[in-house]
Amino acid sequence: MLQRVLAIMVKEVRQLSRDRLTFGMIVGIPLLQILLFGYAINYDVRDIRAAVVDEARTSHSRALVAALAASGVVEFVAPSAGVADLRRRLARGEISVGVVIPADFERRRLGTERAAVQILVDGAEPMIDSVARGLAQVPLPVRAGDYVRSRAPVFELLTEYNPERRTAVQVVPALIGVILNMTMVIFTAVAIVRERERGNLELLITTPIRSWELMAGKLVPYVLIGLVQTTLILAVGAWVFDVPINGSLLDLYLAALLFIAATLTLGLVISTLVRTQMQAFQLSFMTLLPSILLSGFVFPFDGMPAVAQWIAQVLPLTHFVAMIRGIVLRGASLADVAGPAAKLGVFLSVGLAIATLRFRKTLD
Amino acid sequence: MAAPAHVATASPNGAAIVARGLTRRFGHVTAVDGVDLDIPRAEIYGFLGPNGSGKSTTIRMLCGLLQPTAGTVRVLGHEMPREAEALRPRLGYMTQKFSLWDDLTVAENLQFMSQVFDLVPSRRRDRTAAVVEEFALGKLLVQRAGTLSGGQRQRLALAAATLHEPELLLLDEPTSAVDPQSRRDFWESLFALVARGVTILVSTHYMDEAERCHRLAILADGRLVAEGAPKQLMRDIAARVVEVEADDTVAARRALVDDPAVLSVAQLGTRLHVLLRPDTVDPATRCADRLRDADVPAQVAAVGASLEDVFVAATGFRRSSHGAADGH
Repeated sequence: MLQRVLAIMVKEVRQLSRDRLTFGMIVGIPLLQILLFGYAINYDVRDIRAAVVDEARTSHSRALVAALAASGVVEFVAPSAGVADLRRRLARGEISVGVVIPADFERRRLGTERAAVQILVDGAEPMIDSVARGLAQVPLPVRAGDYVRSRAPVFELLTEYNPERRTAVQVVPALIGVILNMTMVIFTAVAIVRERERGNLELLITTPIRSWELMAGKLVPYVLIGLVQTTLILAVGAWVFDVPINGSLLDLYLAALLFIAATLTLGLVISTLVRTQMQAFQLSFMTLLPSILLSGFVFPFDGMPAVAQWIAQVLPLTHFVAMIRGIVLRGASLADVAGPAAKLGVFLSVGLAIATLRFRKTLD
Repeated sequence: MAAPAHVATASPNGAAIVARGLTRRFGHVTAVDGVDLDIPRAEIYGFLGPNGSGKSTTIRMLCGLLQPTAGTVRVLGHEMPREAEALRPRLGYMTQKFSLWDDLTVAENLQFMSQVFDLVPSRRRDRTAAVVEEFALGKLLVQRAGTLSGGQRQRLALAAATLHEPELLLLDEPTSAVDPQSRRDFWESLFALVARGVTILVSTHYMDEAERCHRLAILADGRLVAEGAPKQLMRDIAARVVEVEADDTVAARRALVDDPAVLSVAQLGTRLHVLLRPDTVDPATRCADRLRDADVPAQVAAVGASLEDVFVAATGFRRSSHGAADGH
């Protein structure tokens, strides 16, 4: 019995080590993804191209422009002659933000009824709008180079667990889930479907091997690969992006193990639904996209409509993102994330039941 | 090499495979239709039939890969497919397509199969050495199976199927991708296995291979249309056979085919094999007369039936002559 499971494992590892593409994917996908997501996905947007129309041309208006530029959020390119030109440049995509300082800027500045400055924003691009809203908070200079010591703000905002508000800190832990979700589901689905496609399964079925032995032997190597990937992402996250690990490493790996088991089960279920490797790929990607969008990895979970939240509940990534952010960033223990862990457990049991029921040792 | 341990204890007279009314439908297509089988032990039993005649489907039902739609089948005393798991260790199966792993070496494939069949380490070593020797795989051990020639792959597949010394071997068109020399060697191996008491069921569409079997079942459109020893089938053929040798075979065929006594005319090189109704009196003279009337110069002789004639008689004109279909 153990000999047969071991035989399948050895065979899988041998085949894997000879399949350069898959072998490369084990290390390549996590590295590529973490560098891509870590560097490119950045919510702290800087150096947005902007242009100014300064019809006031006072020392104060120049001081205001200097203050905006000093914030680093916008980078001013050549100024525009008028509002019409500014809009044209916005339409052409040359700039994303336009600042209009009207001729009566001085009067508006001292008055209270009308806004002193207008900011035009390209709403077609995500994030720019909220950034521009931030720009609107820049205080008006009282004298050139001097600012009103205005009263203290109503709210003080403290960003816990990520005081510098770095995107990498938010992205990297959840990225473990996205990458495992991507590789584990595809690897298992393909590993089983490939044997059916190539005719190996027809031979295997006529041997004394049992279904669960075949599955266990095929899955265990991928569990190890999943743990290697987890380690790789954590290491790159810590060294390159300075992401702290506040919780216990043991809890983290246990959570990863649970999630790996859940994704492997999903791959198993997919393998019982499809006939060819191509179909396995397609179905895997079909589950991947909603996972990435609905799991809370990109968009805040609470902001989603109810239907999206229901769908997200049956996606293992949702629960893993909740667990891993808790453990890595908030320093939570496994007990603190028992809720999502239990849901993953349910997913795992239901998936295993479906896979076992559907995977029969016949060709019918 | 010793005979498989189980064979001695099993009843020598009991049939290896008994099937009654074995039927398999795929949707509206009936792939196997009411097949009865009694396959004796320690013999080579052949399934002869064209592609799509139901050979593979029957074999797959015998080894539990497919569920029969109707009918019963016992293989080595196990009722299939209910007792399939108990049969597995006693069964060796060679699929039509090479189904070992292309990206594993010959040695790794053999190692894997010996482990899957749960051989203890000492027996694994002995048996692997034995099949490597028997099937001349010694020089190929470190080669990946995907790089082997057709004949080498087939030797490897048979070696893997016999590693655990099964009592019953099911071979589904084992020689379809193999050169003639390899085919001859392959059949030598089969006879060696039968001599040790192994029962072999082999499907083929080669007449020369079918002729080597101890017994034969001819399948057409999912039905068993003739059954028996090849010699007996040739003797009992429900037709008279006349061989016609003519330069203009097209004209000769045209002259003969309209005769109501003629069941079929098949061409073999420059010769025609003409099958006539079994009640035809002096069939050679009858053919010679017709050819002379049509001005076709030809040599005519009554001959014994070949297996090909049996096959044609059993499959080719079943609708026009039901007598021929019931060779047994």
